[in-house]
This record gives sequence, structure tokens and C-alpha cells, in this order.
Amino acid sequence: MGYFSNIYYGIGTLLTGMRVTGKYFINARKGAITQQYPDNRDTLKMFERFRGEVVMPHDENNEHSCTGCQKCEIACPNGSIEIIWDRVIDPETGKKKKAIDQHIYHFGMCTQCGLCVDACPSDAIKWAQNFENSVYDRTQLTRILNKPGSKVRAGVEE
Amino acid sequence: MNSISHIIDWFINTEVLNMAMIALIYLTVFAVLGLFLVLLERKVAAWFQLRIGPNRVGYLGLFQTIADALKLVSKELTGTEKADKFLYNLAPYFVIVTSLMALAVFPFTKDLQAFDINIGIFFLIAISSIGVIGILLGGWSSNNKFALIGAMRSGVQTVSYELSVGLSLLTMVILTGSLQLSEIIEVQKGGWLIVQGHIPAIIAFMIYMISGTAETNRAPFDMVEAESELGAGYHTEYSGMKFAYFFLAEFINMFIIAAIATTVFFGGWLSPFGITESLPWMGLFWFLAKTFVLVFLMMWFRWTFPRLRIDQLLTLEWKYLLPINLVNLVLMAVIVWLNLTIQI
Amino acid sequence: METAIKEPTTSKSNFKSEEYFINMGPQHPATHGVLRLLLTIDGEIIKKVDPDLGYIHRSIEKMCEKNSYQQIVHLTDRLDYLSSHINNEAVCLCVENALELEVPERVKVIRTILGELTRIASHTLWWGVMGMDVGALTSYFYGFRDREMINDIFEETCGARLTMNYNIPGGLMQDIHPNFVKRVKEFIPHFRSKLPEYDRLLTGNIIFQKRTKGVGILTKEDAINFGASGPVARASGYSCDVRKHHPYSALDRVNFTEALDTTGDSFARYQVRIAEMWESLNIIEQLIDNIPEGDFKVATNAVIKLPKGDFYQKVETARGEFGVYIISTGTKNPYRVKFRSPGLSNLSLLNHITVGGKIGDLVATMATIDIVVPDIDR
Repeated sequence: MGYFSNIYYGIGTLLTGMRVTGKYFINARKGAITQQYPDNRDTLKMFERFRGEVVMPHDENNEHSCTGCQKCEIACPNGSIEIIWDRVIDPETGKKKKAIDQHIYHFGMCTQCGLCVDACPSDAIKWAQNFENSVYDRTQLTRILNKPGSKVRAGVEE
Repeated sequence: MNSISHIIDWFINTEVLNMAMIALIYLTVFAVLGLFLVLLERKVAAWFQLRIGPNRVGYLGLFQTIADALKLVSKELTGTEKADKFLYNLAPYFVIVTSLMALAVFPFTKDLQAFDINIGIFFLIAISSIGVIGILLGGWSSNNKFALIGAMRSGVQTVSYELSVGLSLLTMVILTGSLQLSEIIEVQKGGWLIVQGHIPAIIAFMIYMISGTAETNRAPFDMVEAESELGAGYHTEYSGMKFAYFFLAEFINMFIIAAIATTVFFGGWLSPFGITESLPWMGLFWFLAKTFVLVFLMMWFRWTFPRLRIDQLLTLEWKYLLPINLVNLVLMAVIVWLNLTIQI
Repeated sequence: METAIKEPTTSKSNFKSEEYFINMGPQHPATHGVLRLLLTIDGEIIKKVDPDLGYIHRSIEKMCEKNSYQQIVHLTDRLDYLSSHINNEAVCLCVENALELEVPERVKVIRTILGELTRIASHTLWWGVMGMDVGALTSYFYGFRDREMINDIFEETCGARLTMNYNIPGGLMQDIHPNFVKRVKEFIPHFRSKLPEYDRLLTGNIIFQKRTKGVGILTKEDAINFGASGPVARASGYSCDVRKHHPYSALDRVNFTEALDTTGDSFARYQVRIAEMWESLNIIEQLIDNIPEGDFKVATNAVIKLPKGDFYQKVETARGEFGVYIISTGTKNPYRVKFRSPGLSNLSLLNHITVGGKIGDLVATMATIDIVVPDIDR
């Protein structure tokens, strides 16, 4: 390329680039791609499958469906689930039955891989969409998922 | 006793107090202006980049940079242990003082000019070259290799691009026949110089904008800072207010480059077609409006173009800008000689 | 690093020039993470580049030996986090091959679509960062805008934006979200309209071309000798696309051309990646309309035990050939897992192709090699 055509071509490409950014500058009012967090907390909704933290849903009778089978504990790669269980006597049948005492979830160790929820045979644990997880003390990240006084829902078997 | 009264007389007669007052006002106004230029840069960048930009401090984020300045003032002044302390502390003042000094000569309106010397353009070119000493000192004395590379690049860059800035302004001086800024504007009452000088003036303007951007060490010529290469370049080791001086000086320099272009190419405070000739104070508006359009242009460059490499920077200057500039100078001389200028 | 400083070269002039040593990283804007480069420089000219690794070593290969085969998958998310889906796929394919497990067609197609989306997401991020490395800061946001759409697709279907862990040996963790097809179909025309903009902003720009053309030239022979793969090798004319030569999942039934260039400079690597984005769009377009019905996984034992032996599976991630090598002794844990990551072998040629260039060239070349440091360090 000749000397002058070089200059002409160079300036041309520079102006092309400036036209791209200029177009966005003029349309800047129409929408930024960034989000105004935390102002948009009310409208910010995560997708239903978003893996925020593991929770154990309880119904109105304070009953959950965790049988204490420990499949989630085995499935977890990081050891972030720890189940303390005991054998209790079922009042109806009189047989001894496995029941959880505490379903401990170490959120600080969790990598949100989803293997525990996938492994659960009775859908006792599921993902919550909460993502604001910062705490001042890491002991607060260790959570007991079953509520105090809760028991396993009747009919959920191991 | 006689000598003391003599000195007092001198003080009163030469209006040193007045000058000090004016200097103080200029200092305050332009420090604030510098801060708002930073804000403008951030807002403009945000709009180019599909963002919102500063919007938390004050209405629409207008006080963001003031908050930043307060933060910088309150920060600790750190430095490297083996830095050359004297030069290290001196460097930021070189940069900021020279850029503030340059502001003195601009005619914002017909009457609002602090310092009307008959070598205005020469003064501006001279002053703007001193600033680089501060950058060189800062990079050298902070005892950091990244800073040193940045400073050396700055030296190379400024030495080269000074030529282009000077020559492109000189091209216009042929047309005006004067170095005095107020007189340059008087000449433009018969049409802005970019119109009067047509083709060579437009070429000179383009060269001036390119080399002016390079003079201020802004992208695409920000080899001196080169964030992705050198971290922060010459001011890597500066913190707090000393860093703020470098930072502010960069933005005031940008204003100065745009203001020179306004004065020399776009008629300074003259309104287009003389529409507000009866209102002299409107000159300030026109001056600032033109300047900010050019400042915006420089921001537009910055947020669009990639950075040049140091050898390409020199190729651009020595192989393209300088020869074109020299030819342009002759062309302008011929045009003035043959009276081919456009007079409205 | 006393060894890096050489004796001052004595010349006839009065000025002595001396090479000096500079530490680029582990915290540096251009090293994309915690990579440390020990540079020996003569002024601006690079004499030697010595990458120093290990700042983000997490011994993932060793961790794999303790985990079951299902659990290994999520660790590979953390290697090359920009192609996490493809990494997952590699482990799953390896385990499935070892078990001689045939996954449903639906799984294969979905895996391929997600894999190509991952590639586009990775390349858009690379494009933005490439612009930033050469100094054009705006490209970063344009790249991220388009990547965000893909991330939303991932989040809706897989549950996470980056470390998706959507593959399991035997299929997928859950079926695709009902919105998946709609969203992907929205994305394709959007991205097709934005890709030419990438070219206008950066590719055509004279400064960008000057910065990248003729810089960091890698010959085909060297590409093969250094074990380069992915766009880095393809830009030198070395046809090495695993998708083409050893198709996996649903890649055997799609038509696409392997992006190749012969120049081998930084600009060629750039062009290859841009071309790959177009090709990935083509692949997605061919598959998205005919995702076969069926199960999203086949049942496997809760405890997967691979037969005794060693198994290897390679896939093409956004950076090149990613290989998973598993040695099994027949237990539920692998005896040894080795990941062949593209980043490490691509990084190894950095010294070879940047010596003699300027500092600016090093940054531009490193951007086109597109390293992800956790992929190198593992």
C-alpha cells in the first residue's frame, strides 16, 4: 500500500471504530447492561434452578421428609453435610427406625455442585435461590437444616 | 525605612495582591474543573460502555469525584524505601504547577484573561514541555522498574510529539501573524482559522489533535501508564494526594490541549456567525462549549482505540506526522502568500 | 534471580547497556490471574520470558483420587473455568466409555449445544479481554454483554453461571429448562448481529492490526513440537480440532469447517477465534431445532466402579485439547487421574514466540494465547 492510501485506510478504520462506540453513546439512555444491585433487590429474581444454598423445606406441621438415609452425606464431595441420627421406636409399628437428630450443613465448605440434592431419594433437601451469603463469622455458615422439634413426615420411607 | 516603604510601594503599584487573588481564584476554579472533568470522563466512559457510571454520591453522582478527592487527601502517603526522596516528592508538583500555569494565558472572553503576553503560543508550548520533567522524575526516583519504563517512554513520547504540536500551531501562526492569544482571536473575527486556512488548517488541526492526545499521555498514546503492560506506569509508587496531583494534572492538561485548539482553530470566545456579539459574557459559554466538544472528542478516542506500541508511536510521529506537518507548513505559507484564505 | 542478569555487554560506545530483570505478576493486570512471568529485558525488548507457576495449585488431580467418579466431575469445573461444561463432558465421556454405557441421543445433543455455547461464552470473554490488553477498554463490556446472555441460559438450565456441573456420568443432572430452546434461538440472531460489530470495533482497527500482525509468530512445526492445541495451533495451520478428527457426543452429525489460518501470528490466532464463534453458532443452529425426545440420563449404579484398566478421552475446549486419563484398579475411586490441559502446553511456547518483541507485544501475544491460570496450575 502506498503512503497516502495507508493514511486514508487507517483513518477510515479508526472512524469505523468510533462510529460503533458513538452509536452506543447516543443510545446510552436506552439501557445499561449493568444491574443496579442492591437497589434492585425487590425485582431481582434468580432462576428457579439457581443453586444458592441447600435448604430443607418443612410443611405447616413442622414436618420434613428427611429419613436420615445419609445418601447426601455420601454424595457430597467436600464433606459439607453431616447427619447426626439415632434409632427411635416408631409409636405405631413399635419397630426401631432411623431418624435424624440434626442435619448439619457446612455452607462454608459447599461448592454448590448439586450432587446431594440429586442424590436425595425423598426430595427432602432442595436448592434455595438466596445468594447473599456473607456473614461476619464463619460459624454462622454452619447451619442445621431441620428445624427444632421437627419430625419426618409420615409415609416417607427409607 | 526607606527601603521598606519602597517595597510596599512596589507591592501596591504592581498589584501583587491583586495578582495573588486572581491566582487563587484560578487555582480553585480549575481544581474543581479538573475534578469535574474526571467525573465527565467517567460518565462518558460509562455511556460508551453500556454502563451507568457514578450515580451514588449526590444527585446523579455529581459529587463522586469530590468524595474521591477527599478520600485521596486523607490517605497515607506511601513510598518505596530506596526512593530518591527529594525528587520523589518534587515530581508531582512539577506536573501540577506547570499545567496550572498554562491556564493563565487563555482568553476566556474578551476581558477575562489573566495574563496576556505577546508570546502566548510560545509560552504554552514551553510550559507544556516542562510537565514531562515531573513524569520523568517521578518514574526515575520511585525506584521501581515499571515506573522507570513508564518514565522513559514518556520522555521518548514527549520529545517526539512536542515537534508536531509546535509545528501544527506554527502553521496557524503563519495565518495569524501573531503569537498573542488575544490577537489570534481578533484575527478570527473574519472567520475561524479552520475556515480561513481551509485545507492546511484542517490538516494542522488533525495533527494537533493526534499529537495533543499524545502530549497528555492519554489512550491511544498512554504508553506511559499502559495499564495492561506496566500496571500504572510512572505513578505506580505514588499514593494519596501525590497521586491525585498526577491524576488531576492529566485532566487539566486535556482541558489545556482542547482550549489551545479552541483558541487557535475555532475562534476562542467568538460565537458562530457572531450571533451573540452583543453579549460579551456569552464568550465564556462559547469558549467552554467548544473546549468541551474537543475534550469529548479526546475521550471518544480514548474509549475506542487500542493502545499503540512504543515503536509504532515513534513511527507515526517521525514517518507520518512530521513530514506531513512540514509540507503542510509550506502549503500554508503559500496559501497566505497568494492570499487564498477564505474571508467571510 | 541473579542468574537472569547477564554481564553488561561492552560496546564501543561510551554508553553501556545492561539487561535487567523484571517481575511481571503474580499480581499484574495482563497475566489474567496469578501467573508470574520472570522477564529479562533489554530496554523495551524482551530477552527471556520465564513463566513461574504454582500460585494457584490446588492439587485437583490428587483430590480426584479420593473422590468417587460422580464427584470428580465438579472438580473439573475449577480447571478451565471458562470451558467448565466441556471439561465436565470430558470426564463423563471417559467414565461412560469405560463402563461401555450408551447415553441417550438427547443427552448427546444437549451436551454438544451447551459445549458450543460454552465455547462462544469463553471466546466472547477472551475477545473483551484481548481488547483490554491492547488498550481498548470498551470491547470488554461489549464482549460481556453477549456473554451474559449465554450465562443466563446456563443459569436457567444448569443452575449456575460458571461452574455448572450439569453433566453426570450417564447423562445430565436434570432435563433442559422449557425456556432453553427459546432462549438459544433468541441468542443466535442477536449474536450474529453483534459479531460484525466486533470486527468493526477491533478487527479492522489499524492500531489493533499493527499491534497483532507479524507479532508472536508460531510456525506449524513449532506448534506441533510444543504440543500446542486449539486456536493457537490452528492459527499456525496445524489441523488439530478434536471435534473434527475424533468427534464425540453429537459432533459427528453436524457440518462445520475447522477454522484454520497459516500465518501463525497474533492476528491469525485472533481471526481463528472469531471464525470459531461463527462456526459454533452454525453447530448450535443445526442442533437446536432437532433435540431428540428421550431420557436425560441412563441409570447408573449409585457407586460407579470402573473396570480395571486405563481410559483416555479428549475433547476440544475453548482453549484446545483437554484430555482426561483415568487409571482404575476396579474400585470406586480412580487410582490416578491425569488432566491434559491445553493451557500448560500453550503457555510453554510463550518464551519461544515473544523473545525479541516489546513488552507491548508480550501482552498482546499472551492475550491471544488465551491462558486461564487455574487450567495451567490445576
